[in-house]
Amino acid sequence: MGLQVENLTVYYQTLKGNVQALENASFNVADGEIMGLAGESGCGKTTLGHSLVYLNQPMKFIGGRVLLNDQDMPIADMEAMNDFRLKQISIIPQYAMNALNPTRKIGKMTAELLESKKVSFKIIKAELERRLDLVKLPREVLNMYPIELSGGMKQRMVMVLSTLLNPALLIADEITSALDVASQKAVAEMLVEFRDQQCCNSAIVITHDISILYQIADSILIMYAGQLAERASTDAIIHSPRHPYTKMLISSLPKVGVRYEEKKLSGIPGKPPLLLNPPRGCRFKERCPLAFEKCDQVPPFEEIAPGHFVACWKESAKNAQA
Amino acid sequence: MKRYFSRKLLIYILTLILAVTVDWLIPRFMPGNPVQIMIARAGLKAESAKLVYSEYMKAFGLDVPIWQQYINFWIALFHGDFGVSLWLFPRPVLRIIMDAVPYDLLLLVPAILISWFAGNNFGAFAARSKWLDNTISPLGYVLTATPYMWLGILLAWALGIVVHIFPFSGAYSYGLMPSLSWKFIGSLLQHWVLPFMSLFLVMFGGWAIGMRNMIIYELEADYSHYLEALGAPKNLVRRYAFRNAVLPQITGLALQLGVIVAGQLVTEIVFSYPGLGYLILQAIQNHDFFLLQGCFLFIIIGVLIANFAIDVTYVLVDPRTRAGMTGEA
Repeated sequence: MGLQVENLTVYYQTLKGNVQALENASFNVADGEIMGLAGESGCGKTTLGHSLVYLNQPMKFIGGRVLLNDQDMPIADMEAMNDFRLKQISIIPQYAMNALNPTRKIGKMTAELLESKKVSFKIIKAELERRLDLVKLPREVLNMYPIELSGGMKQRMVMVLSTLLNPALLIADEITSALDVASQKAVAEMLVEFRDQQCCNSAIVITHDISILYQIADSILIMYAGQLAERASTDAIIHSPRHPYTKMLISSLPKVGVRYEEKKLSGIPGKPPLLLNPPRGCRFKERCPLAFEKCDQVPPFEEIAPGHFVACWKESAKNAQA
Repeated sequence: MKRYFSRKLLIYILTLILAVTVDWLIPRFMPGNPVQIMIARAGLKAESAKLVYSEYMKAFGLDVPIWQQYINFWIALFHGDFGVSLWLFPRPVLRIIMDAVPYDLLLLVPAILISWFAGNNFGAFAARSKWLDNTISPLGYVLTATPYMWLGILLAWALGIVVHIFPFSGAYSYGLMPSLSWKFIGSLLQHWVLPFMSLFLVMFGGWAIGMRNMIIYELEADYSHYLEALGAPKNLVRRYAFRNAVLPQITGLALQLGVIVAGQLVTEIVFSYPGLGYLILQAIQNHDFFLLQGCFLFIIIGVLIANFAIDVTYVLVDPRTRAGMTGEA
């Protein structure tokens, strides 16, 4: 049950060639789990999230399989996916603030969307109103145009709309990025509330803000330059990371109670590689202090402890010895 | 709402006053005295010419100081008096214009409206797929880049001279008098086809290209992508995109409808079609300042009314304009 992704590879087609934004990704998300997906800009986290629900041009499906509740998802087929979107897999997009048609009242737009999916708006209206209460939106918003709502209200409206048919998997793409800190926390908590109330079964939360994930995620998947780096429970990622990239990423976060006046926060030296023509093997090797010859081969994404996956030759060697 | 419209109305009234003033100034500051030209053409003897000159100056109200002429002009305007034509003396300008306007309406209203509807739908259709876009859009670009009169001449030559299907001169057969008979209406329609086609085709290309570009822009907008990501069927996404893409096209339509009263100068000249455009040309050629001034005045009023109508329409179709009304803007 839950979501299983096997060897998913998605490229971007450009005039200069394929941008290898997602390479051979395999992971599971359990029933009811909120998985955080983190990494720096351009590491392929949005590509991964979007490819599960809306794999449009210039994204190009190269290979792999996606199973949701043991059912094969035709993610490469835009038409066939329509039967699963919103009902099985849904998304809260990065651009939630502009996601509503400016010239339609929100209620009317919702009704038209549902009717077009052969769902009766009348039957679902009571539930819709309950969910508006849940996110603390007045019911009158249904009679308003999107311009009459603030950015945060639009964000919450999109949350309600995306989860209205109780999808098995919800992809939340940078839902807190455009909000102030107070609203960030509120929105993050609403997402947990939605999961607890069964508005969605499991969720993938895409963000570059690990502190938000620390509050709401059950597990975290770290990506680097289109490859999966590490996946473990939230605690394990924050307190005992194994992949060198994760270690450096976590150590570059400010810590509570530590003053940074004397000691400067350290970043990760170097830049991520261009994905148009990425280096062979581990893509982190150029910035990695531990790199050795073997890193020219792609490290396997191995389970080194129960539920703890790492893609690093050093770690898998330690694991083999143990 | 009330505040919004009263503010708009005030702006329109100010614009009208300014435009009418400029319209009054233009013929007066143009070189040449119309009365003198008229007399010179009559070829009178010097003494009688002088007599006629002062008579005419008085008749046209040109013997009083310029500021009084301006006031008299406004007073006459409120009485619906546009003056008397020099070219078709002594017919009043208003009558001449009123005789020409029906032909403009007959020609331009269908040409603009039908090309708008057809062009918008065709453009939206072209945006459906790459294949359609690649075949239809170039046609639209060629059509919209074609000058009206050139297409008019081409059509007149092809369908009027090479193949004798349609007449290409006048609004009806020269052997007929305007009347409400089937014969006259039939002749009217026959003469109408070619100028209509030349206008329709060019405008059609413009609308189609405009719509095609707008709808591609709307289909790439975030709200379209969101709907698709939620699995909305294509026709729903397209319907929303069409509705939003049509807003700028409505503005375009209003501007076109506003200048209807100006006729289509070159097209009407090519086909000797007796509309307002044709009239303007005659007025200029004959130094008929009063007629010219009357024509311009008519155009000014037409443009303003059309713009006002579109302001009202926008309030109805675009909620974003409505939001602006509650504020100070």
